[in-house]
Amino acid sequence: MVLLTLMAAVVIGIVRVRNLFSVVVLGGIYSFLMATVMLVLDAVDVAMTEAAVGAGVSTVLMLSVLYLTKTEEHVPQHTPIVPLFVAIVTGAVLVYGTIDKPAFGIADTPMHNHVGARYLEQSIPETGVPNVVTSVLASYRGFDTLGETTVIFTAGIGVLLLMKRRSRKVDRSSDEEQG
Amino acid sequence: MRLDVIIRVSIKVLLPFILMFGLYVQFHGDYGPGGGFQAGVVAAATVILYAIIFGLAPTKRIIPPLMVEIMIPLGVLIFAGVGVVGLLVGESYLNYSVLAHDQIHGQEWGIFLVEAGVFVTVAGTMVAIFYAFTGRGRS
Repeated sequence: MVLLTLMAAVVIGIVRVRNLFSVVVLGGIYSFLMATVMLVLDAVDVAMTEAAVGAGVSTVLMLSVLYLTKTEEHVPQHTPIVPLFVAIVTGAVLVYGTIDKPAFGIADTPMHNHVGARYLEQSIPETGVPNVVTSVLASYRGFDTLGETTVIFTAGIGVLLLMKRRSRKVDRSSDEEQG
Repeated sequence: MRLDVIIRVSIKVLLPFILMFGLYVQFHGDYGPGGGFQAGVVAAATVILYAIIFGLAPTKRIIPPLMVEIMIPLGVLIFAGVGVVGLLVGESYLNYSVLAHDQIHGQEWGIFLVEAGVFVTVAGTMVAIFYAFTGRGRS
C-alpha cells in the first residue's frame, strides 16, 4: 500500500512537471517502485527485468533522446477535459472488469485448474528442471518464447533501420555541403 | 570527465560483479529465478553503464557495432536451429528430447541452447538500440 501510494505520488509529479529531464528521472523512480512491487509479489524475474529495462536502459535511452531534442515541454494548447474524460471512463471500465475476478490468492480459479497443476507435477520427471518458470517458458511453451525472441529481433531491426538510415543521410548531405 | 574519480573507480569495481550476476542469472536459470531475457538485459546494462562512464568510443572498441548487429539475428537462428534439429531427426519442431541420449538430458541441452539464443538476441538488440541513439550527434 505504501508502495502504491508512492507510485501515485510519482505519477502526479510526472503529470505536473514541465521539465522533461525531471520527468525521465521520475519515470526511473516509478520503474524501481514497480520492481519493488513485483518483488513483494514474489515475481523476482519480472522485478529484475523491470529494474534493468524500465529503470536502467529505457531511462538512458530517454536521456539520449533528450540530448537530441529540447528538454522543456510546451504548455498544452487544448483544454484537458476530453483526455481526462477518456481516461476516467477507461479506468472505470477496468475497475468494473475487476469486480468479476476471483479473490486474490484463491485456489480454485480457472488458472490453477487448467494446465498449471500438470506443469507443477510433471516438470521434474519430464524435464529435470526445478524452476518451473524456466521449464514452462523454454520447453512447454517453446513456440511462445521463439515468438517473443522474434519480436525483440524485429524491434531491434526496425530501430536500426530507422536510425541508421537517417544518420547516413545526414552524413551525405553534410559531405555535399562541404564539397 | 577527468574529475569524476569516485564514479570511475566505483563503477570499475562494480562492473565485473554486474556482469557476473548476469551470467549467473543465465546459467542458474534452471534452479533460481531468471533466464535468457533477464541475463541479456543485465549484460546489456553493463555495456551501457561502461559507455556512460568511459565514453562511446572505447566501448565500441571492446564491443564493435558490427558484432552487436550480428548478435541480433544470431540468437533467433540458434533458437530456431534447435527446433530444426528436432525436425531432422524425425520428431516435432522444438522437441528437445532428441538432443541427447535420454529425455532429461535432451531437455537440459535444449533449454540451455534456447536460453543462450534468447540471451544473444536480447543483449544484442539492447546494445544496438543504445548505439543507434547515442551515435547520432545533435543535428
